[in-house]
Amino acid sequence: MALLEINRETCTGCGSCLQVCPFGALSLDDENIAVVSEACTGCGACLPECPVEALSLPQTEKKEQVPTGEYSGVWVWVEQYNHQAGSISWEMMGEGRKLADKRGSALTACVLGYQAEDIARQAITYGADRVFLVDDPTLETYRTDPYARILVELVKKYKPEIFLLGASTRGRDLAGAVATYIRTGLTADCTGLEIEEGTNLLLQIRPAFGGNIMATIKCPDYRPQMATVRHHVFETPLPDESRSGQIIREPAVLTEDRIASKVLDLIVEKNEVNLADARIIVSGGRGLKGPEGFVILHELAGVLGGAVGASRAAVDAGWISYAHQVGQTGRTVRPDLYIACGISGAIQHQAGMRTSKIIVAINKDQEAPIFQIADYGIVGDLFTVVPALTRALKRRLNKA
Amino acid sequence: MHAIVCIKQVPDTTEVKIDPDRGTLIREGVPSIINPFDTYAIEEALRTKEKFGGKVTVITMGPAQASSALKEAIAMGADEAILLNDREFAGADTWATAYTLSKAIKKIGEFDLIFCGRQAIDGDTGQTGPGVATQLQINQLTYVCRIASLDFGQKTVEVERLVEEGRELVRSTLPCLITVVKDINQPRYPTILGIRRSQKAQIQVWTSKDLEVEPELIGLNGSPTRVVKISTPPPRAGKCELIAGESAEQQAELLAEKLLAEKIIV
Repeated sequence: MALLEINRETCTGCGSCLQVCPFGALSLDDENIAVVSEACTGCGACLPECPVEALSLPQTEKKEQVPTGEYSGVWVWVEQYNHQAGSISWEMMGEGRKLADKRGSALTACVLGYQAEDIARQAITYGADRVFLVDDPTLETYRTDPYARILVELVKKYKPEIFLLGASTRGRDLAGAVATYIRTGLTADCTGLEIEEGTNLLLQIRPAFGGNIMATIKCPDYRPQMATVRHHVFETPLPDESRSGQIIREPAVLTEDRIASKVLDLIVEKNEVNLADARIIVSGGRGLKGPEGFVILHELAGVLGGAVGASRAAVDAGWISYAHQVGQTGRTVRPDLYIACGISGAIQHQAGMRTSKIIVAINKDQEAPIFQIADYGIVGDLFTVVPALTRALKRRLNKA
Repeated sequence: MHAIVCIKQVPDTTEVKIDPDRGTLIREGVPSIINPFDTYAIEEALRTKEKFGGKVTVITMGPAQASSALKEAIAMGADEAILLNDREFAGADTWATAYTLSKAIKKIGEFDLIFCGRQAIDGDTGQTGPGVATQLQINQLTYVCRIASLDFGQKTVEVERLVEEGRELVRSTLPCLITVVKDINQPRYPTILGIRRSQKAQIQVWTSKDLEVEPELIGLNGSPTRVVKISTPPPRAGKCELIAGESAEQQAELLAEKLLAEKIIV
C-alpha cells in the first residue's frame, strides 16, 4: 500500500528520512538508495526531511473546494457536568484567546446545557467575546446525539476557522461525531497549538506512539480546523469579572423522542477521587507486590488530600481498578505533585504523567527510568519510606 | 445476533525503544500485534455471541500483512473476517478510515452491534469509532466498561461508561456502536482448535472496487488532515535530586521538608 514515491535519481542515500519514519517503512537498498515498504501509511512525515526533495506523495485531487476564507474566529466547547463547567474548558479558553488574538479574530464559547446561563457568563470572564448558549432540558447531561447535532448546525451557520474541544471522555466522543458530520479534519489530544507563519494555519502538535514521538498536524483544505486538547497542558487564565461579551441563545436541534440514549445514573466509587482533577497523586506500580501495598498509598494520599493512581502493571495484576490507571492506555494527569512508588517509569507510564509539576520517585532500583524524569528521588524500600513519609508529613501538617 | 468488530494491527509500542544518541525510534524487530484495546472488543463480541447465539464478523483496513491480525481473531472464535486492502485506501486519516469502514459495514449488511477498542495504541486518537457510528447514523457508546443488559427483542442495551466522575449508566437503542476500555473483560487466548481453524479460514479481501465509495473520500485524498512533522518529545527539564539519609526515616523527613518548601501541599 506504499504511497510514497522515491526519485532514485535524486536520492543521495543520506538516510535522513529513515530516522523520522514513525512506521519504520524506509530503508536503504544495496545501491544506498531509499526504498519504502508496505508499512508506509503515506503520513508524509519524511517529506520535509529530505534535503534534495526526492520524496513525494501523489498529488491529492481537490474535488470539493471548501471556501476556507469564509471561515473566521476561534471556538471553544465549554464542557459542563452537573451545572459545573469542567476546568479543561477554561484552560482551552485561555489558549483559544491567544490564538484568536494572533488571528485578530473573536473567541466564541459554545455552552450547551440546562439552566446553564451562569456558565455562559463565566465563559465571558474567562475570555469569550461571544457565547452561544443552548439551554434545553434535553441537554442537562451530555449525550452524543443532541450535542453533536447542535454544534454541527452552529458551525454551518457561523463558520468558525478553529474549533477546540477538551480531550475528555465527553470531548473526544463529541468531537469525533461533529468532525464526521461536517467533513473536516480532527486532531486528537493536542498538547501544543500554534499559528503557522505565512499560511495562518493551525499547527496541531500531539504525542503519538505512546508518547515516543510528537507529530505536527495540519488541516489545510477544510474548515473548521478541529482539535481536542489535553487536560492540564495549558494554564487556566484568571477570570476577569469586568470583561463584557455577548450571549446569543440558539435552539436545540433534537427533541427528546428523537434521541437514542438516556443517561440513567452515575455510579461513583466510595472515596473515589477524580484523578483528572486531583492536584496531588500518589501512584503505585509493580513494586507494591500486591493489593495490600495500596493501603500505605491511600494513607499517604489521605494526609495529602490527593488521589491514588497506578501503573498498568498494577492494574493488569488486578491489584486496583482500571479507573486508577495512569499512562498511555489509562488517564493522562498533570497534578502539582506526582509521587511514583514502586513504578519503574516505562515510556507508556511517562506519557500519562510526565507533565506533572513536581515528580517524586520512590524505588529500590536506582536504574529505574522514573528517576530520569523525577525532581526528587529516594532509592529505598517503599514499604518503609512511604509510611515514614506519611508520618513526617502528618506531623508537619499538624494532622497527628 | 450479529456483532461486527473493527480492529487494527499496530506496532507493539511497548516494544518501541528510543535511540539515546539520536533520539529516534528503534523499530527493528518491533512485532505487529492486534491493538490491545481491540482484543477486549473481540472478547466482548464473542461473549455476546455465546450468550445470545449469532455471528461475529471482524474487519480491518490495512496492508496484506494485517490478515494475520484477522486470523488471530478467528483463532479466538470470530466467525468471519474481512480485510480492506487497496493502495487507494493508503494514507487515510481517521475521517477517511471511518468512512471506508462504514461503507464496508454497509456491504456486510444487517448487524446489531459494532465493537471497537477505545483507541489504537499507535495513533491514540479514539476517533475512528465515533466516526464509524456517525457515518452509519447509529448511536455510539464510548469508553464502555460493562454491558449491564442487552435485549435484542426490545432493541435496547444498557452499559456503564467510564467517565471522569465515575461510571455513567446509559441506555441506548440498537443497533449501536460500542467502544470498550480494558475493565470490560479479560480476553481469552486462542485455543489449539481455534488456531487450526484460523489457518484454514478464508479471509475475504475487499478493494475500493468492492465498496460503494467516492474515490475522493478514501485514502490520502479523502483525509482532511496532514502530518507535517515528526519529532521526538522534549526531555523533561530538571535533574533528579536524590535524597540520601542514614535511614528511611531520615530520608522521609528530608523529602517532607522539600515538598513543603515547594508550597504545593496545603
